Amino acid sequence: MSESWDLARFADNIALKDENGQSVSYSCLVEETDRIAERIGRRCLVFSLCRNEIGSVVGYTAFIRHRIAPVLLNSHLEEDLLYSLLEIYSPKYLWIPEDMQERFQGMEVVYSSYRYCLLKTGYSRDYPLYDELGLLLTTSGSTGSPKFVRQSYENIFDNAHSIVKYLHLDDTERPITTLPMNYTYGLSIINSHLLVGATILVTEKTLMQKEFWSFFKDEGATSFGGVPYTYEMLDKLRFCRMKLPSLRTMTQAGGKILPELHEKFAKYAEENSKEFVVMYGQCEATARMGYLPPEKAVEKKGSMGIAIPGGKFSLIDAEGKKITEPHTTGELVYEGKNVTLGYAERGEDLILGDERHGILETGDMAQFDEDGYYYIVGRKKRFLKIYGNRVNLDEIDRMIKSEFGIDAASTGVDDHMYIFLTNGSLSDQVREFVIRKTRLNPAAFQVKVIDEIPKNDAGKTLYKELTKYYE
Amino acid sequence: MTNLEKYNDAFITTFEITEDQLAGLKYQDIQAWDSVGHMSLIAALEDAFDIMFDTDDIIDFSSYEKGKEILSKEEYGVKF
Repeated sequence: MSESWDLARFADNIALKDENGQSVSYSCLVEETDRIAERIGRRCLVFSLCRNEIGSVVGYTAFIRHRIAPVLLNSHLEEDLLYSLLEIYSPKYLWIPEDMQERFQGMEVVYSSYRYCLLKTGYSRDYPLYDELGLLLTTSGSTGSPKFVRQSYENIFDNAHSIVKYLHLDDTERPITTLPMNYTYGLSIINSHLLVGATILVTEKTLMQKEFWSFFKDEGATSFGGVPYTYEMLDKLRFCRMKLPSLRTMTQAGGKILPELHEKFAKYAEENSKEFVVMYGQCEATARMGYLPPEKAVEKKGSMGIAIPGGKFSLIDAEGKKITEPHTTGELVYEGKNVTLGYAERGEDLILGDERHGILETGDMAQFDEDGYYYIVGRKKRFLKIYGNRVNLDEIDRMIKSEFGIDAASTGVDDHMYIFLTNGSLSDQVREFVIRKTRLNPAAFQVKVIDEIPKNDAGKTLYKELTKYYE
Repeated sequence: MTNLEKYNDAFITTFEITEDQLAGLKYQDIQAWDSVGHMSLIAALEDAFDIMFDTDDIIDFSSYEKGKEILSKEEYGVKF
């Protein structure tokens, strides 16, 4: 399997199109990505501040094609965090939207393309890169830690090929962007569609904007992806009554969708000759690990499906023994070539090789039924998915402690985090701090002041006892 | 409460902002008014005025001023 896209094969097809009418053919994409890579000249580390804009995707494509390793970050990333990441990793170049250029005075612009520009950082430190290191991503919703997932070229392209296979993608597809491209799920849509010569409709507009839907309809979008919250919003927009004849496929990942919404969208798809595909994945497995075949969407609602082509699921019990009985809970383990190399937490880690050897303990607790369909039933580690972003609760507690010097216990359910404190005078400040660090909508966060944070004799917080305060 | 007060209150409560920030406020101007916040704002306004927005109006609601214009339409009949 080749570890790149064969862009030249689709010469005249349009690769990228935006809502301002600008487009890039596959042959132009080849030429432009060659030019960008030529300016850089050698394998090195680049920070890319991503948006769903043509320039952002063109830069990314250039880096991967020419084995320049990008760190993909959201262009809205908190400035302090960005500067600390720059210090830690010392990338040679930045690829940023032109309108952000003035923030990096002192760095030389060496190339510009599609309203993005390439800046030479001038960092002298040069961390060696492992040969197969393809790109680095933050684990979704990272709260400011410098931890990246290291994905290899094999990871990226094995997963993209697998997605092409199970979603039956071809060059007639026209996916529209609904997720950030620095988010593994959003990126997997780009990676898989560039493999088949499809046209990616890129826009920064959201589902809540008229311009998004005009672009969708005018350009005949065939698919989009969404996290559970996306489907709640679509439901609110009375999506099922919209006339979208070009739409073929809706995919869902980034957390477990409410069963009633799963059913609603599956039925809508069935009745309108469309497909609704529930999927399962993690950044640590590049993007996708499981999918529920659309013809089973209604019958197996609540299930995340079966392993993707080339992958394998199993469950292990607390002793690490394989579970063979259906309807028994165990930790979900995935095996496949898309299991990533490991993490990086500092520049010196960029040389590290494969630390996982194709096996990922997902941290999700699951069961399978008699037909081998998997159901996520809980989590081993303490984290929440907030609007599709993974937020590590222990990390939140630690951050509050180091910022304010107080004990905090954060817990909750997906899309609703409760932060328990004993000091009421700090509640507003703590809440603002967590919102700023996670950069997620404030509606997800609530501070509750209680007399005492319940702990056991060993001093461990008893999070279960806090559930009685949930609303 | 007047309709304008109710309208302002929905913004102030949903986005945790102050009254002086309202004039000229547009979608995505502040972190809280993203797509998640937009949904909360719509829900708050629907509650406050006991109405139900059409899809087209939800996605056309792009600013503080635009929202007033939409609510003033005949089908919602909110007078400011």
